[in-house]
Amino acid sequence: MNIHEYQGKEIMRDFGVSVPNGHVAYTVDEAVEAAKKLGSDVTVVKAQIHAGGRGKAGGVKIAKNLDEVRTYADEILGKTLVTHQTGPEGKEVKRLLIEEGCDIKSEYYVGLVLDRATSRVTMMASEEGGTEIEEVAEKTPEKIFKEVIDPVTGLTPFQARRLAFNINIPKESLGKAVKFMLGLYDVFVQKDCSVAEINPLVTTGDGDVLALDSKLNFDDNALFRQKDIADLRDLEEEDPKEVEASKYDLSYIALDGNIGCMVNGAGLAMATMDTIKHYSGDPANFLDVGGGATTEKVTEAFKIILSDENVKGIFVNIFGGIMKCDVIAEGVVEATKQIGLTLPLVVRLEGTNVDAGKKILDESGLNITSADSMAEGAQKIVELVK
Amino acid sequence: MSVYIDKNTKVIIQGITGSTALFHTKQMVEYGTQIVGGVTPGKGGTEVEGIPVYNTVAEAVEKTGANASVIYVPAPFAADAIMEATDADLDLAICITEHIPVLDMIKVKRYMEGKKTRLVGPNCPGVITPDECKIGIMPGYIHKKGHVGVVSRSGTLTYEAVHQLSEAGIGQSTAVGIGGDPVNGTDFIDVLKAFNEDPDTEAVIMIGEIGGTAEEEAAEWVKANMSKPVVGFIGGRTAPPGKRMGHAGAIISGGKGTADEKIRVMNECGIQVAETPSVMGETLIQVLKDQDLFEKCKTH
Repeated sequence: MNIHEYQGKEIMRDFGVSVPNGHVAYTVDEAVEAAKKLGSDVTVVKAQIHAGGRGKAGGVKIAKNLDEVRTYADEILGKTLVTHQTGPEGKEVKRLLIEEGCDIKSEYYVGLVLDRATSRVTMMASEEGGTEIEEVAEKTPEKIFKEVIDPVTGLTPFQARRLAFNINIPKESLGKAVKFMLGLYDVFVQKDCSVAEINPLVTTGDGDVLALDSKLNFDDNALFRQKDIADLRDLEEEDPKEVEASKYDLSYIALDGNIGCMVNGAGLAMATMDTIKHYSGDPANFLDVGGGATTEKVTEAFKIILSDENVKGIFVNIFGGIMKCDVIAEGVVEATKQIGLTLPLVVRLEGTNVDAGKKILDESGLNITSADSMAEGAQKIVELVK
Repeated sequence: MSVYIDKNTKVIIQGITGSTALFHTKQMVEYGTQIVGGVTPGKGGTEVEGIPVYNTVAEAVEKTGANASVIYVPAPFAADAIMEATDADLDLAICITEHIPVLDMIKVKRYMEGKKTRLVGPNCPGVITPDECKIGIMPGYIHKKGHVGVVSRSGTLTYEAVHQLSEAGIGQSTAVGIGGDPVNGTDFIDVLKAFNEDPDTEAVIMIGEIGGTAEEEAAEWVKANMSKPVVGFIGGRTAPPGKRMGHAGAIISGGKGTADEKIRVMNECGIQVAETPSVMGETLIQVLKDQDLFEKCKTH
């Protein structure tokens, strides 16, 4: 789960990790009010959307007085920002972070991620702050330093010091940088983050160490014990179809194509998309109905698939293990009737109770094309949506 | 022979009184798996399906002589269950549970360092040695006893591969689902090693998916060490970057973990990769024929 920059900074502040003073604003007036409260010489007006690259897209402005704050807030609020992370349709700005400006001396990068190879959390740091870290990793990997963290001790002060020395934090800011890193690690483990990225981390003229940006992502599987984090979820930042699917415990991801897919199992769902593509079709979505699909779930899955206007046909691909094919077949028939499905529908059933399942489909009198394998089903649906 | 489990494996079920666990307990017993006990804290002394229930894993092991455990405990408590199985010195703990927080698994892995227990999973379908022992949630009937090892990050794709093999008369020695999470116990290389050493396994199908670099590392290992043919498949060629495709581990992040990169490395390491999931079986059969192993692997 993602949250906004300002929310991330509030969490960090609670953990004693230093961030500039700032307030969230939903309207132009609130923005001006927030700037007044800050009373700083320079105020930064920052668009709050769940995507990086906001600065380049015109979503971050430096205001020298309250009039400028008003002008910029008015300009950015309601604007649709298109960045390399938003997709071509962009994202509308509905919230601003009004933050005090600071006297930046140098910019750095500090991030915490899971290192899958060691099954440990790893802190990465670089002197190349402010740029895309993937770019740094590709072009100058020697400029990224890593510390693998033992979960028993957590990040140790010597590891944080080593990182700070390696990225050439000035001597007068060293202690503050170490404190920052240790605090960030605390946020990561206590709040069940999956990513914590500070880019840039800055040192200021008077020796302070501050997070100018914050990107915190959280482990969805841990939200049951992070209620305060779960409350920060901004549904407007997510695809409405994905939000709807999550209510029914369906794993759905919208894609650009025109063939709706309903599959059991994440691996098979991905493989189904690949197979459609292999036969020159275009999947409209990834959808894993899971192992315990009921008629209700299947119906909801159909509704969600069909709420995508681009969908011209549906391919149901089920390998029943735990899931019984007759149950799925009943669900498909019921959903088709309820929705009054008119689009082509190809169903491939295999596994537990497959004969009973096929019989239900055959006897339903509905216009369902059946397929005996994933490849055959993919070919048929690609042909039907042409 | 087989890997990890056989007809002598004695299994306890952690979380036996839950509804999913109960359903699968029946399936496993029907398949012929030796289910010797169950564990649900607070329900010790009772019985389900004629199987004695204990309060702790240690007690269950002491009373039944179990050497393996299968875990169906809900996600918030699953990490603790794995550690309890480890503490009881079981040979094998198979964790079916999905949605375990990743930081919990990091602690579990640390806890298990230097200890005897092998963890398979979490978020996996389990392990099956056809006609001998089935531990997990896979449909038993699609499997046939034979000589091809199957290892996979995905449950349903394992079924797909096994089904294709069985239909073509090619049985399996053991099928191991290692699970779709970013932090798991047994990895591809562990299983490949075991298959390499297993006299009853002649060839292996390895099924991976996007995310991480486990497939690349496994491919390098195969190139350096494996004496048996390996074919592969990678799911998620068409998956968009930055989106978690169902499994917590199936995500392309920072340009890493793409299917194309995995396939490239696997090919370089001498692993034939099936173009589509529908031809996983065919691809293996062709390799068996090329290497004169087909007759040996054909189930008569």
